[in-house]
Amino acid sequence: MAQVAVQATETLKPAVRKHFVFLRNTKSIVGLAIFGFFLVVGLIGPWIAPYSPDKVSTAASEPPSAIHWLGTTQTGQDIFSQLLVGTRGVMVVSISTGIIATFIAAAIGVTSGFLGGMWDEMLSMFTNIFLVIPGLPLIIIIMGMMKEAGVGAIVLIISLTGWAWGARVLRSQTMSLRSRDFVEASRANGETRFRTIFFEILPNLTAILASTFIGTVTASIMSLVTLSYIGVIPPSDWSWGTVLYWAQNSGAFTQGLWWWYAPAGLCVALVGMSLALINFGIDEFVNPRLRNTGMNAAELKKRKIYPRIGFTPVVQKAASKSRLKTVHSSVSNSRLVASERNNDGK
Amino acid sequence: MENKPSFEAEPALTINNLSVDYGFTDDAVHALRNVNLTLHKGEVLGLAGESGCGKSTLVYAATRLLPPPGLITSGEVWVTGDDGKQYNLLALNDRQLRRERWVDTAIVFQGALNSLNPVYKVGYQIKDAIKVHRPKWSAARREERAEELMDMVGIAHDRLNAYPHQLSGGMRQRVMIAMALALEPKVLIMDEPTTALDVVMQRQIVQQIMELRQKLGFAVIFITHDISLLIEIADRIAIMYAGEIIEDGKAMELYRQARHPYTKGLIGSFPPLHGARKELGGIPGSPPDLADLPQGCPFMARCAYARPECASYDVALQPTGLPQDSVGHTVACQLFVELQKDGVPLPTGLVNS
Amino acid sequence: MKFFIRRAVFYVITAWAAVTLNFFIPRLLPGDPVQSLLSRYQGNIDVNAVKSLRVLFGLDSQKPLWQQYFDYFGQLFHGDLGISLQSFPTPVSEIIGQSLPWTIGLVGMSTIIAFVLGTLLGIVLGWHRGTKWDALIPLTTFFSSVPYFWIALIAIAVFGVNLGWFPLSGSYSPDVMPGLNMSFIASVCYYSFLPALTIVISSIAGWILGMRNMIVTVSSEDYVTVAQAKGLPESDVMFHYAARNAILPQISGFALSLGFVVSGTLVMEQVFSYQGIGYRLLQATSNNDYPLMQGIFLIITFSVLIANILADIVYALLDPRTRKEA
Repeated sequence: MAQVAVQATETLKPAVRKHFVFLRNTKSIVGLAIFGFFLVVGLIGPWIAPYSPDKVSTAASEPPSAIHWLGTTQTGQDIFSQLLVGTRGVMVVSISTGIIATFIAAAIGVTSGFLGGMWDEMLSMFTNIFLVIPGLPLIIIIMGMMKEAGVGAIVLIISLTGWAWGARVLRSQTMSLRSRDFVEASRANGETRFRTIFFEILPNLTAILASTFIGTVTASIMSLVTLSYIGVIPPSDWSWGTVLYWAQNSGAFTQGLWWWYAPAGLCVALVGMSLALINFGIDEFVNPRLRNTGMNAAELKKRKIYPRIGFTPVVQKAASKSRLKTVHSSVSNSRLVASERNNDGK
Repeated sequence: MENKPSFEAEPALTINNLSVDYGFTDDAVHALRNVNLTLHKGEVLGLAGESGCGKSTLVYAATRLLPPPGLITSGEVWVTGDDGKQYNLLALNDRQLRRERWVDTAIVFQGALNSLNPVYKVGYQIKDAIKVHRPKWSAARREERAEELMDMVGIAHDRLNAYPHQLSGGMRQRVMIAMALALEPKVLIMDEPTTALDVVMQRQIVQQIMELRQKLGFAVIFITHDISLLIEIADRIAIMYAGEIIEDGKAMELYRQARHPYTKGLIGSFPPLHGARKELGGIPGSPPDLADLPQGCPFMARCAYARPECASYDVALQPTGLPQDSVGHTVACQLFVELQKDGVPLPTGLVNS
Repeated sequence: MKFFIRRAVFYVITAWAAVTLNFFIPRLLPGDPVQSLLSRYQGNIDVNAVKSLRVLFGLDSQKPLWQQYFDYFGQLFHGDLGISLQSFPTPVSEIIGQSLPWTIGLVGMSTIIAFVLGTLLGIVLGWHRGTKWDALIPLTTFFSSVPYFWIALIAIAVFGVNLGWFPLSGSYSPDVMPGLNMSFIASVCYYSFLPALTIVISSIAGWILGMRNMIVTVSSEDYVTVAQAKGLPESDVMFHYAARNAILPQISGFALSLGFVVSGTLVMEQVFSYQGIGYRLLQATSNNDYPLMQGIFLIITFSVLIANILADIVYALLDPRTRKEA
């Protein structure tokens, strides 16, 4: 058939395909910058820390000053140093958890979505079970029974309870990819399943994998901080949660020692927000419907454009923008009249 | 096909100089550029062209239903209201627009499956529009009207209590048609209403629309990429290319005496309705990037008749100027008027039918 | 019907998985903490209670594993979760029976309030995208990025310590007599206000963002445009067309993330010393009360499952496609 006729549907979507690389998204860039900052701190934190986090001094419960930037604890420990040292623990645990959990999620989610049928039924049931069983209480009882858990065990347990959401998202995305032309073609060409998954499917899941990774990193930071706050993880390993554990146990909250508890929570919030921002960027990349129209609200408002479904904005531009056409149409109008006279009937 | 209204009929919908951008920034895509189109009362107007040529954009913009980042940058859309007065649809405020919608113009969308709200019964979805626009009607009267509409499209009354997923694709599209006719609009816009259906169902639905039009006398804008269907059912056909209408004329005349090189190619790519089989031809190349339109005629790069001058002329619809063509037959090709004026003869391939 | 059968199978299997996890965890972990505890309490424990603990923690190592497994299930079916070591010799089930209503009241109520409010706000935010409402997004992102317990701590510091508006801890005033009297109920409400507020504030963000994204996604469905083309009033289009469809994935999301939300709120109970399940769990953890820990984990999982079943029922009521198979 003629190529003109083959295409059945006309897309209403714009032909703009420029903003596809999610890393170019402003939100993602800001998020990456903040997260990168904490990564660096995690790397060099223990070396640049002005004091040892455990070192007690006579300067007890002092508010922030030039000597102690974020003040001191009840026993005169430097809180700024505690946070600097603690960043490493948070980063190590959360990133390794993210990697392991993403790996499990990809293995189960992609297999499930790609194979379909019975395998899919079983694997997605398995995924949903892990999703529904509350993770934190499970971690708490395991840690509580284990005692003396090392970093490795912590990472493993958080990963094992945190992969399910990612697997679910990856499964559905794989399912939609499976029916696309290029995957069908690869299968029709007799490519092995392995090759199809690794060369056709996985490259197209990059964005989802990234968002799964970020999601699990976020969740594991929350879990780690919570676990060390409630003292399930030995408080001798410094992390932001440990700072809060000591703050709570020393009554910092009732005595108004805000510099003790506020910064640690804000660190968690800042990292969490940075990860959320990166994920927003990825979401907009994956789901174009969420994408903003490339202009901020204030600027649109100035031009009186209110983009919404069902009421296309009308902004009459100056006639000069319409190229030469207005001139021509007036010419052709006069011609129309003329030719009407000439061509009376047919 | 026999009783086609003449082109002197009163207009039901007039689109003047309609321009549409996609995107609100400076690098917006100019999806429609100064489109002029008139739909006369009771007429079936076919709108055809390749995917992405802007035919759907045109009707959605004209009804202001184009989703973001669509932006109407110029134009007027005159509609004749119930009271016989004309108003510019693009100048209405939200409240006025809501009041006008479905009463004067109604649309049947492309995919019937997605056009129906999956969580409500179809009866509810037919009646909610009636309720809003005919507030004085009783529930019984709305029900009666809904049943009447179901009769019109040949579906049993009890299907009013069905959810969309319980209906077949063809039935859903009939429900959409019934819904669109609920308030007896003067203008019915159909955006590829049969795309998702099988051939037999397509036929039945098109037949039904045409019968209903005979009976109720509304005007139709029928969008499709299937130009052979249009030649059969439409009174007039407008061909779109790269966001502009490039030819507009009576259906049979457009078929027999296509003037624009693009129209010729488009018609040549379909099997003929009658007579000997001829070799089908496509049009080489692909439409231009609307974000980066070349100067001059947008079809030039693919046109077999292109001449250097085409790059400097801007195209606008104008009469073909040929004695054998009727008055309303217009074409946006400089070969017809501008270049002839300069002594360039019309290529024989374009004059002959 | 198919929908319900599938869900029922899922719940049975999940419940089985949770119980099995509970069975294996103490058997797989190194050391024999319960054994050592038992020897410490030697002679003080009733013979039946010892037997029950042996079944729960796999101390009958002479029995084959499958036999232990069956005994374990048999014991659970009789509602025997062992005895608490920390409040010796109260049965675990009794402690759970006392604290569960508090958690269901506090966590259940505030989660539902957060979900309803968050969903409504999400509708508004999603519908009015590109307007000043967008300014709320960074704020909600912030609240979804901080640990629940930290917000609780800040709330105590601000409203409890500095302003003195609310009590710092506890579930009701020590001056009132527990019972169905006005002063007790008033006291319970007063004491639970701050914890409830913190739960709402920290969990609402997720529902807002989720619903907003769903509204944005659903808004570009054809039927929403059709609704606008019909000239329906704004509120009709927003609620009956956009929100009515967007709520469906929101409810599935609610069911699936309930486990996560409940996890977060359990710690909150500890911060407020609120005598619910979460508080008990953390107490049990620090006191090595293994039977209580395990019992509480089971109960939390089962509560989440029941909440899931309720969410499924609501979903089925809202989505006609699950009711009748075409």
